[in-house]
Amino acid sequence: MSSTQYDQRPGLAPQAPSSRGRESQEMIPGPVIELERVSVCLGGRSILQEVSFSISPGEFIAVLGPNGAGKSTLLKVLLGLVRPSAGSVRLFGQAPRRGNQLIGYAPQHRTLEGALSLRARDLVGFGLDGHRWGPGWFVSGGRRRQATIEEALAEVDARQLADMPVAHLSGGEQQRLLIAQALLSQPRLLLLDEPLSNLDISHEQEIIALIARLCRTRGMTVLLVSHDVNPLLPVIDRVLYLARGHAAIGKPEQVITSATLSALYGAPVEVVEALGRLFVVGVDI
Amino acid sequence: MINLLSYPFIQNAFLAGTCIAIVAAVTGYFLLLRGLTFAGHALPNIGFAGAAGAVLLGLDPLLGLLAFTIGAAIGIGLLGRNLRERDLAIGILMTFALALGLLFLSLYSGYAERVYSILFGTILGISRLDVLLSFGISLLILGSILLLFRPLLFSSFDPEIAEARGVPVRLLAVVFLMLVALAIAIAVQIVGALLVFTLLVGPAATAGRLALRPGAVILLAIVLGLLYTWLGILLAILSGTIPVSFFIAFLSFIVYLPARLIAPRWQRRQQQPGSRPVASEGLSQQASAR
Repeated sequence: MSSTQYDQRPGLAPQAPSSRGRESQEMIPGPVIELERVSVCLGGRSILQEVSFSISPGEFIAVLGPNGAGKSTLLKVLLGLVRPSAGSVRLFGQAPRRGNQLIGYAPQHRTLEGALSLRARDLVGFGLDGHRWGPGWFVSGGRRRQATIEEALAEVDARQLADMPVAHLSGGEQQRLLIAQALLSQPRLLLLDEPLSNLDISHEQEIIALIARLCRTRGMTVLLVSHDVNPLLPVIDRVLYLARGHAAIGKPEQVITSATLSALYGAPVEVVEALGRLFVVGVDI
Repeated sequence: MINLLSYPFIQNAFLAGTCIAIVAAVTGYFLLLRGLTFAGHALPNIGFAGAAGAVLLGLDPLLGLLAFTIGAAIGIGLLGRNLRERDLAIGILMTFALALGLLFLSLYSGYAERVYSILFGTILGISRLDVLLSFGISLLILGSILLLFRPLLFSSFDPEIAEARGVPVRLLAVVFLMLVALAIAIAVQIVGALLVFTLLVGPAATAGRLALRPGAVILLAIVLGLLYTWLGILLAILSGTIPVSFFIAFLSFIVYLPARLIAPRWQRRQQQPGSRPVASEGLSQQASAR
């Protein structure tokens, strides 16, 4: 038996998150992401089955679910790296494609190869022009490029790290750099895959506050994959819960309930409140 | 010294050696970044089999070298990113090629010196035409790398994000390895299949320990590569009997050793205080989540 646990903070104000994102809603009409009966098969295995949902501009969404539920695969579908076997995916009204400048992406934490000879500013700079042909910075690595990079670093409170070797930075610091890198293409949608894994509690809080601030000030839509909704409850608008290839989307208090999760898992699941927290308990979760 | 440089064969050695040192250092840097050093070891050995086959057929060994190294490069480039599986496949491919090389040698009844020169190089015995060929191919390789520089660097460090940003990661991997194959083909002519690895990986490995940013690592690798090659040629000429490739490998080793030992301390000093990695990350969170 395994269990996934969520705790609910007493101070959660449900109406607070919905009051923002208005401005950006006017700028881009219609949903940012729209999935209609999307199915994905990878290597003959069905990952997602007829998943439908839509996400509005400026929303902060937590993507939850057990391991192997297809959370990372969903992000790859949005990035145009995985093609769905059925259904339609629309991003800003268009089909997904690789290299979409409107999307910023930070994948799951891994050790970067040979990272010892890379400074934070070099890593962040990839977000600016890493995809462009030509020698670039060692011909025109001018002051303006560095200023842009430092601006991005400042936006994630990491300006003091600019000249540090990436390999010497902690998980939280590296996470900041990846976010800064993703911001450099001025994305309207930020996809973050497990940005909170490998972080201790205080760094976790800092990263969440940072992402929430970016979401609000930039009017940017954020999809954040996490195995734990607890620390996110005060800042998110809705949760997208994936299990057994199916999805449920809604406000946390609507989705993380015994009835919804039992229907999603297709097995009895109990949401229990104990010690001021919500625990999701069930067989084979 | 100046007298020595007036001999055409010594001029040729210096010119070709210069081309190869630069090209090997630059491609070697990316090989290191991409975790492809084993491929850098395997490709010359595979090339040796091709050269032996060409000698057997009475062709220019360079043709066999190119055919085998480029063919293998495409294969390795398509193997994908899983490091352990990839190196296993490269190893099996390499030993198969070496077996072929052995077969070709046993079938070949001619003068063994041509095969010996493929293994150990003949930098002091190359023609002006060889120099021009090395120069031309070096220009082609360096020009290509300049053109591919940013996406190649990006995808070497972080293929996942690079792919999401629209960099053709697979194609770059294959094209890059073809450039490495070209570099190896001209280098084998001069330093030999067994010691190409020294020039390919030695300078970049040492530079990677000492410099902190990609541009600086590449420049330092080029400087080291040129130093090893020039000094190697000079020492070989002065010694009379000891081959150039021995000195190049020797210099590469004795410079790498102290760099390896000193670098960690030196790099730690570059760090500013107050930004140590957190040792106990994730512990408290794991406890509450499971």
